Amino acid sequence: MLMFPSDSLITSFVYSMSALPPFKPVTSYWFRLSQNGQNELLCFPSPASPPPAAMIHSLFLINASGDIFLEKHWKSVVSRSVCDYFFEAQERASEPENVPPVIPTPHHYLISVLRHRIYFVAVIQSEVPPLFVIEFLHRVVDTFQDYFGVCTEAAIKDNVVVVYELLEEMLDNGFPLATESNILKELIKPPTILRTMVNTITGSTNVGEQLPTGQLSVVPWRRTGVKYTNNEAYFDVVEEIDAIIDKSGSTITAEIQGVIDACVKLTGMPDLTLSFMNPRLLDDVSFHPCVRFKRWEAERILSFIPPDGNFRLLSYHVSSQNLVAIPVYVKHNITFREGSSQGRFDLTLGPKQTMGKAVEAVLVSSQLPRGVLNANLNASQGTYTFDPVTKMLTWDVGKINPQKLPSLKGSMNLQAGASKPDENPTINIQLKIQQMAISGLKVNRLDMYGEKYKPFKGIKYMTKAGKFQVRT
Amino acid sequence: NSGTKIHGNRCDGGIKCLKQASNATTTFLCSAAQPLSPPSSVLRNEDLKEMLESNKESLKLEAMKRVVGLIAKGKNASELFPAVVKNVASKNIELKKLVYVYLVRYAEEQQDLALLSISTFQRALKEPNQFIRASALRVLSSIRVPIIVPIMMLAIKEAAADMSPYVRKTSAHAIQKLYSLDPDQKEQLIEVIEKLLKDKSTLVAGSVVVAFEEVCPDRIDLIHKNYRKLCNLLVDVEEWGQVVIISMLTRYARTQFTSPWKEGASFEENNEKAFYASDSEEKSERTEAEAYVMDPDHRLLLRNTKPLLQSRNTAVVMSVAQLYWHLAPRHEVNLVTKSLVRLLRSHREVQYIVLQNIATMSIQRKGMFEPYMKSFYVRSTDATHIKTLKLEILTNLANEANISTILREFQTYVKSQDKAFAAATIQAIGRCATNISEVTDTCLNGLVLLLSNRDETVVAESVVVIKKLLQTQPTQHSEIIKHMAKLFDNITVSMARASILWLMGEYCDRVPKIAPDVLRKMAKSFTAEEDIVKLQTVNLAAKLYLTNSKQTKLLTQYILNLGKYDQSYDIRDRTRFIRQLIVPNEKSGALNKYARRILLAPKPAPVLESAFKDRDRYQLGTLSHSLNSKASGYQELSDWPAVAPDQSVRNVEVVEPVQEWAPSVGKTKKLKSDDKFYSDNEEEKAEEESESSEGSSSSSSSSSGGGKMVADVYSRASFQVTAPSFGPVKTYELLHHMTGKGLSAKYHFPRQPCLHQPGMVAVQVTLSNGSDRSLEEIHVGDRSPASLNIHCFNTIERLEPEASVTVSMGIDFSDSTQAANFQLCTKEDGFSVSIQPAVGELLMPSSLSEQDFSREQGEKKILQAPLVQLQAKCALLLCVFNIRR
Repeated sequence: MLMFPSDSLITSFVYSMSALPPFKPVTSYWFRLSQNGQNELLCFPSPASPPPAAMIHSLFLINASGDIFLEKHWKSVVSRSVCDYFFEAQERASEPENVPPVIPTPHHYLISVLRHRIYFVAVIQSEVPPLFVIEFLHRVVDTFQDYFGVCTEAAIKDNVVVVYELLEEMLDNGFPLATESNILKELIKPPTILRTMVNTITGSTNVGEQLPTGQLSVVPWRRTGVKYTNNEAYFDVVEEIDAIIDKSGSTITAEIQGVIDACVKLTGMPDLTLSFMNPRLLDDVSFHPCVRFKRWEAERILSFIPPDGNFRLLSYHVSSQNLVAIPVYVKHNITFREGSSQGRFDLTLGPKQTMGKAVEAVLVSSQLPRGVLNANLNASQGTYTFDPVTKMLTWDVGKINPQKLPSLKGSMNLQAGASKPDENPTINIQLKIQQMAISGLKVNRLDMYGEKYKPFKGIKYMTKAGKFQVRT
Repeated sequence: NSGTKIHGNRCDGGIKCLKQASNATTTFLCSAAQPLSPPSSVLRNEDLKEMLESNKESLKLEAMKRVVGLIAKGKNASELFPAVVKNVASKNIELKKLVYVYLVRYAEEQQDLALLSISTFQRALKEPNQFIRASALRVLSSIRVPIIVPIMMLAIKEAAADMSPYVRKTSAHAIQKLYSLDPDQKEQLIEVIEKLLKDKSTLVAGSVVVAFEEVCPDRIDLIHKNYRKLCNLLVDVEEWGQVVIISMLTRYARTQFTSPWKEGASFEENNEKAFYASDSEEKSERTEAEAYVMDPDHRLLLRNTKPLLQSRNTAVVMSVAQLYWHLAPRHEVNLVTKSLVRLLRSHREVQYIVLQNIATMSIQRKGMFEPYMKSFYVRSTDATHIKTLKLEILTNLANEANISTILREFQTYVKSQDKAFAAATIQAIGRCATNISEVTDTCLNGLVLLLSNRDETVVAESVVVIKKLLQTQPTQHSEIIKHMAKLFDNITVSMARASILWLMGEYCDRVPKIAPDVLRKMAKSFTAEEDIVKLQTVNLAAKLYLTNSKQTKLLTQYILNLGKYDQSYDIRDRTRFIRQLIVPNEKSGALNKYARRILLAPKPAPVLESAFKDRDRYQLGTLSHSLNSKASGYQELSDWPAVAPDQSVRNVEVVEPVQEWAPSVGKTKKLKSDDKFYSDNEEEKAEEESESSEGSSSSSSSSSGGGKMVADVYSRASFQVTAPSFGPVKTYELLHHMTGKGLSAKYHFPRQPCLHQPGMVAVQVTLSNGSDRSLEEIHVGDRSPASLNIHCFNTIERLEPEASVTVSMGIDFSDSTQAANFQLCTKEDGFSVSIQPAVGELLMPSSLSEQDFSREQGEKKILQAPLVQLQAKCALLLCVFNIRR
């Protein structure tokens, strides 16, 4: 080592020479009137300038009415006026969802996600994979939800200090530091009503007194020293059917996506294995980092040391060779006549392939054409609502009784003089079937190693409709 | 549930209207709407100052919480700086953290005062607790005050050599912060980066690569030696680090390896062609493929990134996908398809980015996504930009086989209530029609039907697309032009009328009878038409005047007269221009002669191509790709080098077995050095071998059977022991930390000659303390069988919590696979453990020429020990291998 310093100095000197930006006159300036009436000089950053550090520079939270209600900067402060570009894009978009996720501005790039009617806008200064930022923002939302139960403007405003502490821990210099909920919870305790009361009385704090240990261990997702009196592990296998059914009732596309959500409350460092009766069904899977990939590849067994608490163990896609059972059918007759200001609406639901299980929590929604003024319908079961502003028809059916099929019949009033709508509305269906995974996936057994006690184990199956659409 | 939804939507609509009016005053409204904001903030701040300066911890904390609230709202709280900074050394962790938040936010503005806090951090940097050290460095480096640059530099250098990987990680982050504060420190920082790149901790790997990318992305030479390590660590690095490392390695690989793509083969993958390819073609391809041998390091990268396709983190999956796209041989890229399609189940924003990337990919390689075509079907609930991207992909995927399915799907889209999307669908149909000649007519007919649609945008778009289609094949479609002329009376959309008029004029020779009639009708309704229609009427009149002046002269003059007195100056202008151009008079100059050539010049047909056609110039998954323009700081992906640069730069010298743990036995016989492993000079090696074996054969005669034989074999060094294998090292658990009361032990066989005694097998044991107290006097206790010959490690006096230490032992298994049982003791406890060797671990790889082998065999000595017998067999295998080579 000692022999080379002069040599390395020379090479680095050469590099520094080549890295010097060539002199480049700024050719274009322009001014733009920002919203608070100040003139702001804008010019495009020269590509030769030294790359600015920080992946995520700042974060703004914007509510549905366009107010910035929280800002956080991980580097020097970026003026709020950068959000004006976002507002412009928001205005151009007809729907809140239509705001483009990536917006370029002269100096920065804005990458945003919309969740719970809040825009999370990250300010970026230089090249970064956009998915990196998007994934992180979603993680932030998940964390808030995890901490406060809901992720609303009110909840964030009420817990602004916790939010700030969380954001501080999640990013360092714009690069994610701790995003694992188990670690964060050790650093900052989630607020509960009880704790808030205790804190106000005793003056103690939300910040963990102990420093996290998980981050350093080989299992960073699990905190150490977990203790429970009742040791339990619950697994929910939830499958969703995504389908498009065409006018005649035949399936255009249908696929099953599933997840296994777990709630594990076990003492110590348990090592779990979960095996399936029919693992071949799982075509494409993505795992929580705790799952040992090699073991899955070799034996199709999920082997893992679980995080403490709730987590998503696995998401999967059922191979497309398998035929997808469609649990409900829809008989529909929605017509508009030329020249008449009336339309007919007739909808009947019935169970199809449900393997004897009841179809519950059925909710039908449909975006009626713009010309529809009102709907006079009669539901044989459940209640329906029609919003004349958004033209959204929602029918809360509840449980389908195979003996007496639920139906919604009646007429729609159209705007006088308006021409017949071109398209019949699409019908979106939500439903739930308990105690069944529609793909037929079955968990074989769950074993625990590494700990001596006998845990209580539970597995629940459920099928839901995902993006289930019927074209009429 | 439904009730609230509806209510929410209503709210939204109302707000939208409001917003338009009040947008200019949003910021004002925003501040006025804060319920907490007092009438005068000055008063409030006085209040806070008092609380901060009070003696009560709870009051201070309350004040700090309010201050953070102010910062969160973007209010200025800088005047509280002196009062806040006093609390920087507080014992209360939450208070301290909030003060840190404040400091980082305002230090830049109040540099002098910020310096007051520096000494606190400097002190904290020396704390025994690693988390306190790390957080001190974090805050210190976040304070953007140029005057403390030397202090930061020093702190970073120290932290980079810290025992704790967590602190080292923090120092990697601090490097970027210092660099952005003072770019002049670059050289020194690069040295730190170089050092940290060598770090073996997964915790550090991601962060240091971020620093590398930030500070010196061009110093690819720093990566060479760490390349294999990074590849191997990748799976265990935290997910955010994985993204950065993968993208850096993608860039690295493109400069270091040769292209795995067949030379001369077109970029476009053509399924059809491959299927029907003649034998000769196939053969030539095969020879080309044989000529290319992938660098094992290139393969290593591909192999080690593949499992990450199963990551739950969409950014990781995308980065692996782009790595395969840019680096993998063509046929392997398909691996990523399934995972990319899986990402489409994720949030809207994720879908948006993934679909953009798929759109680019699907242009070049239809086959990749064709099986998943149905995943791109549009749902009515998708956002408009998602819909148009899916449409784009479906259009890219269209071929002769699936076009009918796709067109059927498009038919439903055309009827969508989202008119922008319907218009985009019509454009897509147009593209399909030009790309696939079989369906051109069907598409055209379908589009003609759409002309009677009620919606303005749909009709206008159809006319425009038909116009483009007709322009590409003008010879065949006079029927459609005629049809459009017939429809003309019913079409009310001015854009569509104008387009039809343009078509009439352009192809007036194909509809010689109809065109003048259309002009006649237009003359009648001219005054009532929209401007754009009027302009096209004038155009039509001019063109007809030139081709068919007999029938249209009067009509043209009439229209030109109407135009002359039109209200719109555009039309008056155009009329004047056309009149001068086509009607010859004494004033019109030379231009008049060329009127025909000007107006009836053949116009280039518009090209209907994908908006994603040229996006592949950017690396997939990048911001630049998403924006389709170069983002600042974007690093170009270089082309493959024609000739691979030196591969040996990535070789890492094998470190001699950790000698620091066995200093007493450091003087054991030096074995042949390992660096010969990579040496190219085979001859020299062979010479040495024969020499040494000759020299040794005489000395070996004294050896006498049994286990001792092994020792002899080593001592004479007649067998050149080949370098330790670079296969995966398997680690076994010796003691679980639960049974070991916090002490855990793992072991592996380093597969290197044991330094303690030649007959022993080397074992490396990693002891770590998982408890929260320190363990003392760790040593090896009783062993069974008692005769077991173990070379123990020196007693470890003290092992701190979370610390771990690696020690080496030597165990004489007496050439059997019988387990060695012994006790691992701490000051208080003893735990029985056992090490059971696999047969393979007892063997020592060595190379031996065939002659030497037969000679050794002839002397019969070599076969006396079963171990050596096995060794000989291995040697024979090696010989065979040598001969064949």
